[in-house]
Amino acid sequence: MKLLRDTWLIFQRHMLLMLRSPLWVVLGVAQPAVYLILFAPLLKPALASVGANTMSDAYKIYVPGMLIALALAGGLYVGFGLLGDLANGVIERSRVTTVSRVALLLGRSLRDVVTVIVQCIIITVLSLPFGVFVNIGSLLLGYAILALCALSSASISYGIAIRVANPSVLGQVVNNIAQPLMLLSGTLLPLALAPLWLRTVADFNPFNWAAKGLRALFIGDTGNPAIWQSIVIAAGLMVVAVIWSARTFSRSVR
Amino acid sequence: MIKIKGLKKVYKSGRGKKATSVEAVKGIDLDVAQGEIFGFLGPNGAGKTTTLRILATLLSASDGEATIAGANLRTEPEAVRRLIGFVAQGGGTTDDVTGREEIVLQARMYGIGKAEAEKRAEAALAAFDLTEYADRKCKTYSGGQRRRVDIAMGVIHQPQVLFLDEPTSGLDPQSRAHMWDEIRRLRAEGMTVFITTHYLDEADALCDRIAIIDHGEIVAEGTPADLKREISGDVVTVVVAEEAERAGELLGKESYSNGVEVREDNELRLNVDAGDSAIPQIMRTLEGAGIKLETIELHRPTLDDVFLTKTGRSLRD
Ligand SMILES: Nc1ncnc2c1ncn2[C@@H]1O[C@H](COP(=O)(O)OP(=O)(O)O)[C@@H](O)[C@H]1O
Ligand SMILES: [Mg+2]
Repeated sequence: MKLLRDTWLIFQRHMLLMLRSPLWVVLGVAQPAVYLILFAPLLKPALASVGANTMSDAYKIYVPGMLIALALAGGLYVGFGLLGDLANGVIERSRVTTVSRVALLLGRSLRDVVTVIVQCIIITVLSLPFGVFVNIGSLLLGYAILALCALSSASISYGIAIRVANPSVLGQVVNNIAQPLMLLSGTLLPLALAPLWLRTVADFNPFNWAAKGLRALFIGDTGNPAIWQSIVIAAGLMVVAVIWSARTFSRSVR
Repeated sequence: MIKIKGLKKVYKSGRGKKATSVEAVKGIDLDVAQGEIFGFLGPNGAGKTTTLRILATLLSASDGEATIAGANLRTEPEAVRRLIGFVAQGGGTTDDVTGREEIVLQARMYGIGKAEAEKRAEAALAAFDLTEYADRKCKTYSGGQRRRVDIAMGVIHQPQVLFLDEPTSGLDPQSRAHMWDEIRRLRAEGMTVFITTHYLDEADALCDRIAIIDHGEIVAEGTPADLKREISGDVVTVVVAEEAERAGELLGKESYSNGVEVREDNELRLNVDAGDSAIPQIMRTLEGAGIKLETIELHRPTLDDVFLTKTGRSLRD
């Protein structure tokens, strides 16, 4: 109960801060929006091999990948905010209170999930003119997968931030993690185009599974087992990431 | 109210061959009584912040025990948190929220309900003269206003003991006087206030009792008046026209001198047993050496003299 109450309290505070400088949310979608408009058309020939015959089909394969990339990257960079608050005394001032330590991290991570989902909604709306119509049930399920991914990547980022305790090191570590995860999740190009060994490696990347499930949902292939597999895998990753980061955090701050 | 026994802190960093350890606090014992303003006076790096953060449950001690208002620091950190308030030297306000929002959040982090938190925030804002700025963002506040918000947050759960780390450092004289009044008001309400400072005048004027800390050890403890009385003898300040170094050497050799310190601007400070008989002797010594005397002055010892006597250095440097 206390954990829930405190998480809600911290979540509200971070939402308030986000609403006071909404520019960051918009800046976060600028790059995917540009990709959407400029690069996706180039993909139609490339995606033909995986069954994209029309422009709308190509977009239905491309957009889910981009949303997963958004959830992954958006989450992975949140650690800088935590380092900022550790440096400016906000965390210290919270730690002298009886507030739940886990809530301090969880409230913040949930704000990150909301940010990512808002960004995903913006991208979804922007892709409507390209014929990406998805039925509402599938779309909501897709957002759930994205939320799980965002919560995982945010937690991983916080965990690393606490371990390295230095913004420039954090930047390097995050870059080194984000690039392979991004490439190996077929977020920009489906891995169906990749050689077999690369696909085998990618099978160990939870974000790849999430991307597969999201694509099935967008295409309308609702019977595809990739959907439940992606939910189970993303949920599993989320649980592990949240527990790891919460323990790392509570141990470092007592 | 606060009992500290053998408190120690060793910071360890690095691994293997590069491992270093800093012994920041070297086993201190202290007793702070209920309702007093207790001052922890010492130069930068003396271990004040480290001690305070340990007492505020933010840092674990390497060794030693402490109880605060009856709660054991090691075994009951939650209880300690409920009983104390802590304000870090740098504070902890966020730029983009208002003072009121900060104070309400702090109350709510202590588990206080929303309506009650808002009521207390209103009262705290009034008590700390912040009502006028309550709904402006913290980034628009002056240093003194920000510090008052920090302290209002620190006492919002009505703690019995308040720890303030250098509450007036960096404030202009007016805000500083204002802060002293706030701290005295809290004492008048029955709170025990433990402050750290490196300002001699603050320790002297504000604190009921002080402990002087240097290199992680307490070198003196008592009321400012007692400490000053303890150092036997007086201090004579001499300003010479030139050759301050040579004057210092000569005076140091004389039997009436218990130590000489040469300061900037040709100023010398001598510890002597009895100032009035030493003054003519000092004048004679200098005259004999052909060193021209500009001024000579006798003082009652200050806390700086206490520090000088105990550590051989001046706190002013
Ligand atoms: N996190 C830390 N790691 C290593 N050494 C530290 C750390 N914090 C403080 N120190 C060292 O411990 C000593 C005491 O520091 P501190 O308690 O901050 O002193 P003060 O508050 O009196 O200026 C200093 O030598 C300081 O360099
Ligand atoms: Mg300090």
